[in-house]
Amino acid sequence: MFEHDTLSLIWFALLGFLLVGYAILDGFDFGVGILHPIAKSDRDRRIILNSIGPLWDGNEVWLVTFGGALFAAFPEAYATVFSGFYVAFMLLLFALIFRAVSIEFRSKAEHARWRTAWDYGFFGSSLLAAFLFGVAAGNVMQGMPVNEDMIIHQSVWEQLTFYPLLVGVLTVALFSMHGAIFLYLKTEGELQKLIERWIWRTFGFFLIAYIFTTMVTLVEIPRAFKNFHDNKWLWAVPALNVLAVANIPRAMFLKKPVYAFVSSCATIAAFATLFATAIFPNLVPSSLNESWHMTVYNARSSEATLRIMLLIAVIGLPFVITYSGVVYWTFRGKVHLARESY
Amino acid sequence: MDVLTLSRLQFAGTVMFHYLFPPLTIGLGLVMVVLEGIWLKTGDQSWKDAARFWTRIFAVNFGLGVATGLVMEFEFGTNWAAYSRFVGDVFGSALAAEGIFAFFLESGFLAVLVFGWDRVGPKMHFFSSMMVWLGSMFSAVWIVVANSWQQTPAGYHIVEKVVGDHTRYRAEITDFWAMVFNPSSVDRLTHTLIGALILGGFLVTSVSSYYLLKKRHELFARRCFTIGLVIAAIFSLLAAITGHDQAKQVSETQPAKMAAFEGHFETGPGDLYLFGSPEASTGKVRFGLAIPGMLSYLITGDSKSPITGLNEFPEDERPPVWLPFQMYHLMVGLGFGFIVLTLGTLPLLRGGRVFKMRWLLWIHVFAVFGPMVANQAGWIAAEVGRQPWIVYPGEHDGVSMRGLRTSDGLSEAVTSEQVLWSIVMFGLIYLMLFFVWIFVLNNKIQHGPDEPEPTSDPSERSFFKTAAAMSGHQRSLTEYNESESRKSEQS
Ligand code: HDD
Ligand code: HEM
Ligand code: HEM
Repeated sequence: MFEHDTLSLIWFALLGFLLVGYAILDGFDFGVGILHPIAKSDRDRRIILNSIGPLWDGNEVWLVTFGGALFAAFPEAYATVFSGFYVAFMLLLFALIFRAVSIEFRSKAEHARWRTAWDYGFFGSSLLAAFLFGVAAGNVMQGMPVNEDMIIHQSVWEQLTFYPLLVGVLTVALFSMHGAIFLYLKTEGELQKLIERWIWRTFGFFLIAYIFTTMVTLVEIPRAFKNFHDNKWLWAVPALNVLAVANIPRAMFLKKPVYAFVSSCATIAAFATLFATAIFPNLVPSSLNESWHMTVYNARSSEATLRIMLLIAVIGLPFVITYSGVVYWTFRGKVHLARESY
Repeated sequence: MDVLTLSRLQFAGTVMFHYLFPPLTIGLGLVMVVLEGIWLKTGDQSWKDAARFWTRIFAVNFGLGVATGLVMEFEFGTNWAAYSRFVGDVFGSALAAEGIFAFFLESGFLAVLVFGWDRVGPKMHFFSSMMVWLGSMFSAVWIVVANSWQQTPAGYHIVEKVVGDHTRYRAEITDFWAMVFNPSSVDRLTHTLIGALILGGFLVTSVSSYYLLKKRHELFARRCFTIGLVIAAIFSLLAAITGHDQAKQVSETQPAKMAAFEGHFETGPGDLYLFGSPEASTGKVRFGLAIPGMLSYLITGDSKSPITGLNEFPEDERPPVWLPFQMYHLMVGLGFGFIVLTLGTLPLLRGGRVFKMRWLLWIHVFAVFGPMVANQAGWIAAEVGRQPWIVYPGEHDGVSMRGLRTSDGLSEAVTSEQVLWSIVMFGLIYLMLFFVWIFVLNNKIQHGPDEPEPTSDPSERSFFKTAAAMSGHQRSLTEYNESESRKSEQS
């Protein structure tokens, strides 16, 4: 059916799809976590928390599946990146576990102090996780010291340089805005008014980070523009990105929050596509030597494995999309606290 | 300490902690399906309340299973990069299949199960509980397939790959189904699932016994005790049967491991130790009590036939002996203990005699720790007995193929300081998780199921109990919060 090279490209695209799915879905979970402290009363905080109550766990499965698929399709990249980011990823795990625990346990006891402590846990872990994802993306974009044996020896301090930190901030801003729009859809009354103010604030913050990051990328990472140079039609991606961003305030202004949410999803998808286009055909560009880049060709699995996995994906993904649809449909509408709520 | 020891410690610790939760969810899944099935059939509200209670317990365990499982998936790459390069082609597809087929199913329908009581009808709810249970078993399928492949690899060949100045080797799939149905996966999967179902059964009897002893929720407790006990009895018997098959398979596919399990140092007729303390340095079992020839009899049906001993293997290919021996014996001993306890209790269900035997109920309260220990012990035996290999050497078309040693599976780029501090971090956060888990479980158990309306049997509900229920634990958190926020709005 497909050749080895075609299969590698399909898997590059499918991983992109899983990553976009993850960023859109867990993205609003992180945003909700970051915005959680803006509500002052316990009831409002519970409403904010329960807006993602039934959803966050399923959203995290996109990350699990992304990890499994990366492992299977590009094992060399999985091994190199995960061991190269050892400290950062351990912190990420810490944040993800802590977030799960905070959500799960915050409302299980009634002491005010207990709840406040977990509120901080929920906020802090969401912030840290969003930031670390951005830092990792920034490092990959910038290129990492992949050596001739396809191994990265780099300390965590060397990974916290200017550009990755900037992308980390951008990610936090993007997810906060995305989470705010999501919350707007899930709330009503006074709380919704409060959230509306935060949509504008986070949008402003995001816009500044966006413009600044774009300028730095233009200056610092010329490699990122090579693909755009070779294929002019690829400029459609950043153009769509700008349109999606611009549509957010427009939709909010016209009181069409659903459009605003769709636009912020599109913004995330466009960022991921931009990122993928900028690094392609590399998975991890090497900052040491151009011939040491880890690419979709030298990091991949065998043809047989890629083909079997494609079959698994073709069978499995329609089911995944169906159940996600069922769950989101079941929990549509505004949040109402019930006995089983967090 | 070196990176190897630390990484092994970290992996062992995190995987054992993770493995506290999946067996609970697989086991409780069955209980929820049974209770909801009865509710759907009878339409009796009290069965619904019972199902709802166990769903709440399930959800807590599930959350922790997810949080700790994520760690496992990262650790292959962070700590065992060389291993990941070696097996990715084979092993990765099992992990990816797990995500696509199992976790999405489970987490999606869990949301409906836990939060959907008032949003979907009873049939959809029952369907969701079946899907969650199915999903939890699927996730066991794929991870156990992957692990079994490491123990008894099949359906692959070894390919050389030159990277930089080095030649690397990796396993690549040649036959997907042979990889999935490798010689140990079916045995191992059935046995693992059975172990989980035993745990589910014992958890249910434990909580029910506690209520019976405290004279709370008695109708609920009697029913659940019966269901839990029947489940535990059936699967305890099955564990012994499947365990026996598995032992035969291990002695065929991993003879060094079986020799370690039984402290069998020299090839010859094998004895079956009831207990003892094998010593690798002297090749003797001290303080042991053995049935002569019984091991040979169990494996081959002839008490005289020789069993491969550890002496057949080069010194550097022998697994440790003491730990696998003890853990294996602990598991088997507990397994027979469960059979005695459950079969002994079953006849006492008649006329509800067991519900008055306080000492026996107390045993059942604590018996739940038995299957938890047995599950852990079984894995320790299986994994330590696999050493020094992380992937066993195998065979392809009659040609023997290289395996991978655990010491060669480490990440090239990771230092011992990094691993050390990550162990400290996991140690602290898991300690906290553990306490929070116990605290929340205890909370839920103290709260108990929502009592059915007092119409069924008025004698069961005294005036005081009703009053206590209304003033105490029956008041839900939501009401509490609403009254709190009203107060704060007024002020
Ligand atoms: C409640 C749990 C439980 C109980 C009662 C038993 N087991 Fe077990 N056993 C497990 C839970 C378990 C497990 C945790 O599920 C293991 C670990 C790895 C595996 O595949 O299953 C296991 C592994 C395991 C192995 C090693 C497989 C390998 O290394 O490949 C053998 C030979 C047995 N069991 C045999 C038995 C026997 C003869 C039992 C007699 C009653 C028994 N088990 C009871
Ligand atoms: C080292 C091996 C293991 C890895 C890498 C692993 C990986 C994972 C991951 C990533 C999750 C979270 C999934 C989610 O987000 O929903 C998870 C949960 C789960 N795992 Fe594991 N796992 C391992 C061992 C096991 C074993 C041995 C079993 C069963 C026999 C098992 C059964 C489950 C189940 C049923 C869940 C769902 C969560 C729950 O019900 O508690 N896992 N695992
Ligand atoms: C599937 C991929 C798995 C890999 C790559 C793997 C690998 C390892 C490694 C490297 C060790 C340390 C070796 C040692 O300490 O002797 C280990 C130990 C252990 N593993 Fe696995 N394992 C896997 C699956 C599982 C699963 C599914 C379980 C069950 C939950 C499990 C249970 C254990 C236990 C209990 C130990 C402790 C052994 C010890 O203390 O040495 N493992 N495993």
